[in-house]
Amino acid sequence: MRNTQRSQKIAFFFLSLATLLIVVPVGLIVVIIIQKGLPAINWQFLTDIPRQGMRAGGIFPAIVGTFYLVLGAIIFALPIGLLAAIYLSEYAKDNILNRIIKLAIINLSGVPSVVYGLFGLALFVVFFKFGASILSGSLTLGIMILPIIITTSREALESVPQSFREVSLSLGASKWQTIRHIVLPNAIPGILTGTILGLGRAAGETAPILFTVAAFYLPQLPKSIFDQAMALPYHLYVISTQVPNVDEKIRYGTALVLLTLVLFMNLIAIIIRYNFRKKKKW
Amino acid sequence: MRKIKEFFVEKLILICGLASIFFVVLIFLFLSKEGLAVFRSVRPLDFLLGRNWYPISEPAQLGILPLICGSLLVTLGAAIISIPIGVACAVYISEVAPLKIKEVLKAGIELLAAIPSVVLGFIGMVTLVPWVKSIFHIPTGLTALSGSIMLAFMAMPTIVSVAEDALYSVPKTYKEGAFALGATHWQTIWRVMLPAASSGIVAAVMLGIGRVIGETMAVMMITGNAAVIPHSILVPVRTLTATIAAEMGEAVVGSEHYFALFAIGIVLFIISFIINVTADLFLHNRR
Repeated sequence: MRNTQRSQKIAFFFLSLATLLIVVPVGLIVVIIIQKGLPAINWQFLTDIPRQGMRAGGIFPAIVGTFYLVLGAIIFALPIGLLAAIYLSEYAKDNILNRIIKLAIINLSGVPSVVYGLFGLALFVVFFKFGASILSGSLTLGIMILPIIITTSREALESVPQSFREVSLSLGASKWQTIRHIVLPNAIPGILTGTILGLGRAAGETAPILFTVAAFYLPQLPKSIFDQAMALPYHLYVISTQVPNVDEKIRYGTALVLLTLVLFMNLIAIIIRYNFRKKKKW
Repeated sequence: MRKIKEFFVEKLILICGLASIFFVVLIFLFLSKEGLAVFRSVRPLDFLLGRNWYPISEPAQLGILPLICGSLLVTLGAAIISIPIGVACAVYISEVAPLKIKEVLKAGIELLAAIPSVVLGFIGMVTLVPWVKSIFHIPTGLTALSGSIMLAFMAMPTIVSVAEDALYSVPKTYKEGAFALGATHWQTIWRVMLPAASSGIVAAVMLGIGRVIGETMAVMMITGNAAVIPHSILVPVRTLTATIAAEMGEAVVGSEHYFALFAIGIVLFIISFIINVTADLFLHNRR
């Protein structure tokens, strides 16, 4: 008996050790970036264009570029993703087609991000002749975040109790009216969570925008959706590997801005979901 | 009038429902359209098993074996690190941790998953790479090992969350039965919970590995980018993904090099397809 107790203690010790091995480095990464990046952050860094071959000045064009890209991606992906989720949760029957759609979604979410970049290059940049532009980059990112939006929205829709639908239908509402006025409003927090997670993912990805939009150095703001743009993740890649002798501070500062942006969005998503689960009355 | 409107709305919903199939097919078609052209100049076997990747020499040598080896080596290293730690952490979160810590840990894992790969690559460059260099006394810290360690951190969130799900969905009665027979908590976990969740855990591991093989930016920044067949884990390597990302910018559209990079894309697409479909089978097999 003592023996089994002791082996349990040893086992649990190793389990918590493994957990610490993940949690501590993550904490360290965040702390290091905040500690070394914070001194670089000031109003000028956030609102100025890069100067002296990106060794001084700010990162404003990259922030704006990332903002446009994320906005474009969500404008494209949210309507399609939401309607696809409605199809899967409200209309699809349990048949082979449904199975294939689910498999396709799983595959879309597993395709390596650099392959999305290739696809965007072949389809939008070369075939549709959009060139390397915000439009090409946004569409590529939009397709990439589609599975996130579909999966989370579908979960949100399916968590609305069946009885809500039955009551609405029994009152004479049509199927679409039921979805529009009963199911959707009750699923909004979940859909919002998915959308924000998608935004965060689109903001942080580099590989899909490498060949579809990202400009190495472009000290002005894009004027139309057919312009190239700088983007935060690509800018971080450029100043940490392609440009020699960039001040550490600027690199850490850029990393901090990107990390803050992405983690902030994820935090909001987590909070919305947490509150929603707590408030749920059914 | 309302009927007509609803008819169109429902058709639109159906079309969007089919969109994901459409995009998967579209991705495959466009990769093939550009990538298969490379086999006009190289035979498929020579492409996959050729030992030399000199895409811009004259004539170009397009053998991706060094890149495949690079990807495999880095992935293997990451798997060895991340699988035990990831599964152990999943067990800790789902079975051992008190409720409050559990929520915090889950949120923490989610945040790790959200850190952009370029940020992890940057942090790897400034911290991990110098450490590896000084610990092993090698000329450069940009090695397969550094890549493996960094990638392990990208695989872990996937492994932890999928494995934790699998453990959570084991019926409560299994656990109660084991307790009733006098088993300790650890015996129950080891002899009952883990075997019962095994197919979900296999799926977790596969999805984690899929994430590692497809990872691009961090790998490109810290593995040193040398397209030669590696003979140890302490030398620079170049992966399939990093090759595409690093060279596509310079490849001329329509050149042999350009087609070859798309062909690498096809290889990656097929690998991720196989991994995801198999993982899905394992997930649906449980129970």
